[in-house]
Amino acid sequence: MQRNRLENGGRIDRSQVLHFRFNGKKLEGYRGDSLASALLANGVTVVGRSFKLHRPRGIVGSGAEEPNAIMQIGKGATTQPNLRATQVEVYDGMIARSTKGWPSVNYDISAINNVFSRALGAGFYYKTFMRPQALWRLYEKIIRKSAGFGKAPKVADPDSYEHRNAHCDVLIAGAGPAGIMAALAAGLSGARVIIADEQCEFGGSLLASTAMFDDLPATDWLDDTLAALAEMGNITMLPRSTVFGYYDHNFVTIAERCTDHRNEAERHGVRQRLWRVRAKQVVLAQGAFERPLVFCNNDRPGVMQASAVSTYLHRYAVRPGDRAVVFTNNDSAYQTAIDLLRAGATVAIVDSRPGGAGAISQSATAAGIPVLAGHIVVDVNGGKRITGVRVGKWLGEAPQVVASSMLIDCDLLAMSGGWSPAVHLHSQAGGKNVWDDELYCFVPGESTQANQSVGSGNGKWLLSDCLQEGLAAGNNAASRCGFKPCDVAVPETGSNIEASIEPLWRVPSEEDPDHCPKQFIDFQNDVCVSDVRLAVREGYRNVEHVKRYTALGFGTDQGKLGNINGMAVVAECLGKSIPDVGTTTFRPAYTPVTFGVLAGDSVGELFEPVRTTAIHEWHEAAAAPFEVVGQWHRPWYFPKKGEDLQVAVERECLATRNSLGIMDASTLGKIDVRGPDAVEFLERVYTHNIGKMKVGRCAYGILLGEDGMLMDDGVMARLGEQHFYLTTTTGGAASVLSWLESWLQTEWPELDVYLTSLTDHFSTIAVVGPNSRRLLQKIGCDIDLDKENFPFMSVKGAELGGTQVQLFRVSFSGELAFEVNIDSNNALQMWNMLIDAGQEFDITPYGTETMHVLRAEKGFVIVGQDTDGSVTPGDVGMNWLLSKDKDFLGKRSLSRPDSIRHDRKQLVGLLSVDEKTVLPEGVQIVVDPDLPQPVPMCGYISSSYFSACLGHPIALALVENGRARKGEILYAVLTDGSVVEVRIVSSIFYDAKGERQND
Amino acid sequence: MLLISCPYCGARAETEFSYGGEAGIERPKDPHALSDAEWADYLFMRKNPRGLHTELWIHAQGCRRWFKVERDTVSYKITSSRELSLGASEKE
Amino acid sequence: MKKYSVVSLLRNALSYNRNWTEAWRSPAPQREYDVVIVGGGGHGLATAYYLAKEHGIRNVAVLEKGWIGGGNTGRNTTIVRSNYLWTEASLLYEKSLKLWEGLSQDLNYNVMFSQRGVYNLGHNLQDMRDIERRVAANRLNGIDAEVVTAEQIKNAVPLINTSSNVRYPILGASLQRRGGVARHDAVAWGFARAADALGVDIIQQCEVTGINRDRGRVTGVETTRGTINAKKVGVVVAGNASVLGDMAGLRLPIESHPLQALVSEPMKPVLDAVIMSNAVHGYISQSDKGELVIGAGIDAYIGYGQRGSFQTIEHTMEAIIALFPMFSRVRMLRQWGGIVDICPDACPIISKTSVDGLYFNCGWGTGGFKATPGSGWTFAHTIAQNQPHELNAPFDLRRFETGALIDEHGAAAVAH
Repeated sequence: MQRNRLENGGRIDRSQVLHFRFNGKKLEGYRGDSLASALLANGVTVVGRSFKLHRPRGIVGSGAEEPNAIMQIGKGATTQPNLRATQVEVYDGMIARSTKGWPSVNYDISAINNVFSRALGAGFYYKTFMRPQALWRLYEKIIRKSAGFGKAPKVADPDSYEHRNAHCDVLIAGAGPAGIMAALAAGLSGARVIIADEQCEFGGSLLASTAMFDDLPATDWLDDTLAALAEMGNITMLPRSTVFGYYDHNFVTIAERCTDHRNEAERHGVRQRLWRVRAKQVVLAQGAFERPLVFCNNDRPGVMQASAVSTYLHRYAVRPGDRAVVFTNNDSAYQTAIDLLRAGATVAIVDSRPGGAGAISQSATAAGIPVLAGHIVVDVNGGKRITGVRVGKWLGEAPQVVASSMLIDCDLLAMSGGWSPAVHLHSQAGGKNVWDDELYCFVPGESTQANQSVGSGNGKWLLSDCLQEGLAAGNNAASRCGFKPCDVAVPETGSNIEASIEPLWRVPSEEDPDHCPKQFIDFQNDVCVSDVRLAVREGYRNVEHVKRYTALGFGTDQGKLGNINGMAVVAECLGKSIPDVGTTTFRPAYTPVTFGVLAGDSVGELFEPVRTTAIHEWHEAAAAPFEVVGQWHRPWYFPKKGEDLQVAVERECLATRNSLGIMDASTLGKIDVRGPDAVEFLERVYTHNIGKMKVGRCAYGILLGEDGMLMDDGVMARLGEQHFYLTTTTGGAASVLSWLESWLQTEWPELDVYLTSLTDHFSTIAVVGPNSRRLLQKIGCDIDLDKENFPFMSVKGAELGGTQVQLFRVSFSGELAFEVNIDSNNALQMWNMLIDAGQEFDITPYGTETMHVLRAEKGFVIVGQDTDGSVTPGDVGMNWLLSKDKDFLGKRSLSRPDSIRHDRKQLVGLLSVDEKTVLPEGVQIVVDPDLPQPVPMCGYISSSYFSACLGHPIALALVENGRARKGEILYAVLTDGSVVEVRIVSSIFYDAKGERQND
Repeated sequence: MLLISCPYCGARAETEFSYGGEAGIERPKDPHALSDAEWADYLFMRKNPRGLHTELWIHAQGCRRWFKVERDTVSYKITSSRELSLGASEKE
Repeated sequence: MKKYSVVSLLRNALSYNRNWTEAWRSPAPQREYDVVIVGGGGHGLATAYYLAKEHGIRNVAVLEKGWIGGGNTGRNTTIVRSNYLWTEASLLYEKSLKLWEGLSQDLNYNVMFSQRGVYNLGHNLQDMRDIERRVAANRLNGIDAEVVTAEQIKNAVPLINTSSNVRYPILGASLQRRGGVARHDAVAWGFARAADALGVDIIQQCEVTGINRDRGRVTGVETTRGTINAKKVGVVVAGNASVLGDMAGLRLPIESHPLQALVSEPMKPVLDAVIMSNAVHGYISQSDKGELVIGAGIDAYIGYGQRGSFQTIEHTMEAIIALFPMFSRVRMLRQWGGIVDICPDACPIISKTSVDGLYFNCGWGTGGFKATPGSGWTFAHTIAQNQPHELNAPFDLRRFETGALIDEHGAAAVAH
């Protein structure tokens, strides 16, 4: 039974009964209910427990400001922690649980913390748990266990999310009266408009308003206007969409919740969508939050925001209490009192202002509501639900102590401490907020981006002002975008409530502020007046220090209710004004957004694109495992049945060295360089002499950073007088091209050179081994491949097997080898042709691992494996590549003191003395492993393999002054502590004279 | 996310661009005539101002042209965006 | 200084917490100090504390333009570890880690240093080579380090996705068990309170506007609260190092970039270790309060705005979901940014300068928090002795001339 549900009214659909569970109990609500309204309708009072003291807590608000009703919704993979019940739409079958309270919210053992609450004041944990030191881990475990609200799901999120980019002329954040007027004006002018609101329905405060527009209910005007907006083709209306971030250059982010409100069975498609909007103009119409009043035990269930009470009455047809007291320091809450009375509750008003309210006071009195002007609520009675309030007389001055003179029996206290505009987005955009001495709140100051704040978010409390300001801002924004403003009639709103306010920041109590029962400022984090006073007493005087020391404003509501009251208490302690205490800077998100919607669809397979070569499908069919190299998936090895990595690689190595191997080298970067100044350009960036290269010849080339360190390497081929072709490492393809382009454009624009990436256009097939020439001849090659006509390090265009290719005679294995560069469209066909024709030579495909072994046997370095950004060409024995006749990038750095140090680490070969141990790559080398720590290290192993050809393990290492230490015995210290004796040898283990590749 | 105006293509989202650091650092004509300290100055030392900064950006996902942007490093406001001119005279 | 303990907590509770005294004074600046430290972040306050404690120099002022701990100290993701690659760096960070291990007791302020272990994940063969190399070096340097398998990671962090069927599978990790997290604000406050107790003046809302020099020697600073003379000036202002350098005519090899971070809403414990990944580029831990604390990468451009670009946050979330697919439903509560001063070799500068009596401590990039005590300890030594301690000698400004850089990009490419 929904005991608090009114028979009539509200924007709920009583024909659609929704069944849900709260903490295991079956309850009913209606379509249109929030979880909070449904709980209140069912008479649920305790919905949670506070963070530190575990005090019982009820629903306070009706929207984004709610600090207490923090729920776990759903279960299993789709559970969602920490949702505010006020922002969750009830659906059929919903399972909701409180996130605090054990064994239950109603009986929470940890409420014992209350007894010690004085010892648990602000920052208490900084003062204790220090001894004995060893116990801190235990203390911490207990602290961690008691902290936190909901639980993260335990399994992967099954839902999908997406991003949508949008551009518009006018973006409007908030669809209350001001926002809707702005949308109407801007829309009629012809501007492209996006209007977003976090609630399921547009209307904002109008959804709970009793106001009359042109003698009709405001909700009629709302329905008509929304229908008109929907008719226009230039307005995108986004309900359930929170504008949560306002970034530089008018970039605004909106999180749209597409399916969360549906029954679980009816959730299809994208769960949430991130709108990334670049807006020419932004209108901020986010409304205002009603502040609580800070009195003793103001956190007891049954104490609510007055405006929230009105919202529950009008929008949801729920009366949260039968016997109400309204406690206020301004006029707005009088309407709540009248609303409550009309809904059948008894009600009395306690108004702190000795003079009471303005015109509305008479309406209240006329309706028979007793008004106690010049009175305050000093304390409440009741634990899990208030049973009454203690009221005292107050003269408007601010003594610290006021005795109560009467007890009013009640089960609901509706409070209003005035209003604070939601200045979050204005502040996120870089705007300052300024204190208004008449409104007693921060209002948006000057805008630093193209935005305007309107309505109650700009401190305009009158409905008529909100509508007028919205209209003006809509027109203004549209005209700034070049549209003609238009005339729109603003409805007559009749008499309004004027929220004239007299400040009442900390309500005087029956005992002084350090002795009295707790007066809560931040409900969720249990921050009380006494905590703030303690922080200030201890020297934490800057408001940021107070906030951090007490955790004020660090809850999931981010201080939407408590921040201003907190600053006021700090101001009181310091004897300063509120603006002198400081302002708050707001950071995104306005309200929390899921990680999922931020990541969008860039998860799983789409996290980052996978690049594959044109021959990839063949590798897959051959069941090759792949190695991840940057974005590429490269075949690692090609196991035959039953083979592991080691066996397969040994077979591949031997087959290649003895007969014929084939490898897909397509991932190498390829850059085409042309132009009259190509030689000059390359001279400046490569270290060797370019001018001397003959057309048709190749050279090994290295690139240095300006710091002299080895950056990339590859083969350079001269295809014509003004035409070169460069290869880069797989990982360096994009960065080398960018690097070359940047020099050309920013430093040497006078050079006439054109660079083109060919990495994807051409595939590269390496045919390697003593039978490689025979294979090419067998499938038909129109050029003479013998040693004289096509020597090592040559390049020629050729027709191979009927297809035009660029044929390179280069070798990364030390064998006779050819690299076939071919249009990627024809690559797979060529590969298949070579495989088929190669059967007679036992052609053996090999992957990256065999490639690594073969090159290591020859002592060829892999940039990025045998170098690490701190290695000069000299370190790896490449000084022969450095031209003495010219300058090149990085050359100057090679003569710095550290570059010419004699004990630099140099590339050497290493052999395990036992001739058996394959040393782990990365292992450090020492002269004496028995020295005390820190043990001096003289090098490390960068590459290490078992060489099938040589029959023993080999390794490459960088060792201090290594080239001069050949024959020396050193020690490799493994990460498991074991030590292996190693001997320094030449880094070339195989065919030192290079006879095989030159064959 | 910044909105950057490419002098060749127009205003585009920052994600289309790559940053290239301080503009106007000219590579020494004769590096070997420099002392180690002077070379280090060219290599590593940067103005890194709090305020207006002239910097290089490339429209990497567009025309791939480098250009020069004047931007405030505190407000992130961009006050100008120009093509690189030919010749060293352009280099501050 | 009144001692903090459970006894003092209870005693003060009985007197309604009215008898607590200030954690630090707020004195007006004197005309002259032996040493002025510019910058009231963790590093500056630590420097002042160790000047007083280790070197007996107590006539010291710490000048802070805003509120202490309000810069990167209060904006970082609080990771503490020492498993760097190069010996120079790892010994410096290890000194710091050793100080962390007794810091709460030394300062009599619980900085909540939580040694829950730091995993640096490897996602490809080269990552694993680098991990092996770093761990091997760490062990020889006396720093605890292990290479762990994907299975071991899964056992310790059950929610992490160690499936091999993902874009960047986890192949293994390095683990430093002594690494962990700490409560960032408490570090600033703890050092401030302890330094104050030794006589150091902590002066907030005092911005340095000029560095006064006479014939190549520093004489003091101009501030928004007047001239303050000093025999020695130590500058430790993180992101604003170049601005202060400019005041003294120094050019620095530093660029200031935005670095962003974010937290989720507080949840029950789900993650009891620090997870860092270079390849997918994200790092994550869970605070004692229950928030997932997540670091993003730096933005490419120079930025003093304490904010970065949104796509950086998006990429970070992608990375976190790649590692923890269930966190997709967790919500980001708040994001923010700091200004990090990046050196070309990803290592700091703790150094004398060409101006006598002027010392700079900067360039910590994305990883300064972990170094707070060690940075202060070595900087105090450098200022007091007018020469670096052997631990920070390699971090001299002159390394950019000689080329003796300490390239930690491999170990530090990801913000940390």
